[in-house]
Amino acid sequence: MSENVEYGGYYARWYRPRISRLWWLRRRSYLVFVLRELSCVFVAWFVVFLLLLARAVAAGEREYQRFLDLSANPWMLALNVVALCFVVFHTITWFALTPQAMVVRLRGRRVPGTWILVLNYLAWAAVSAVMAWVILS
Amino acid sequence: MSAATPKRTIEPFLWALFSAGGVVAAMLVPGLLLLFGVAFPLGWLDPPDHAHLLAVLRHPVTRLVLLALCVLGLFHWAHRFRYTLYDGLQLERHKELISLLCYGGAVVGSFLAAGVLLQAM
Repeated sequence: MSENVEYGGYYARWYRPRISRLWWLRRRSYLVFVLRELSCVFVAWFVVFLLLLARAVAAGEREYQRFLDLSANPWMLALNVVALCFVVFHTITWFALTPQAMVVRLRGRRVPGTWILVLNYLAWAAVSAVMAWVILS
Repeated sequence: MSAATPKRTIEPFLWALFSAGGVVAAMLVPGLLLLFGVAFPLGWLDPPDHAHLLAVLRHPVTRLVLLALCVLGLFHWAHRFRYTLYDGLQLERHKELISLLCYGGAVVGSFLAAGVLLQAM
């Protein structure tokens, strides 16, 4: 992490322990942390995939069919299966952090973290159901 | 500079974009990716026909939601990826370049997304 602190006075030399570039392979919890952070790459990939879909749909029926063929390509399918695992991991870890990042008070009392967690999952289910209904109906 | 007047940074704003993007991505991406990335290609479900999908895409609410998803999702990526590079690969030295590429990429991507979604009128 960077620090925007300005120090005055005298100091001979910063003490900077050298950290290996592969520090995150040392422990399971470190690896899980880095995998969670890397989920953002698949969020960005999904934005690209979504824009390809939107462009194809806007361009007409033939382009839409080409997009469907492209998404059935084994490499594309494999990429999207991996991406789906990562974005679900993102959702689970994001929801798990929400009660810690957000303190909600109702009539002066703190709403328990489990409630916030359950509400998040209910919202996720509702949003997904509405999207599926709009797309499939 | 004394401790009483902390330096103003853009960091809280970037964090807010990251956070909003995290929420939007968590809620919307798994469902959409399951349908278009996996379920339709594998034939678990029949893909919607073109006319229906075009009508859905042309609805202003759809385009607004998709634009928010694209812009916030890209800034979510930019912020998180930037710190993953710093911390994961110990690249603190190339801070400016990494920030420029990440947030610059998000800005360019956002304009591209707006272009694609406006074209779908």
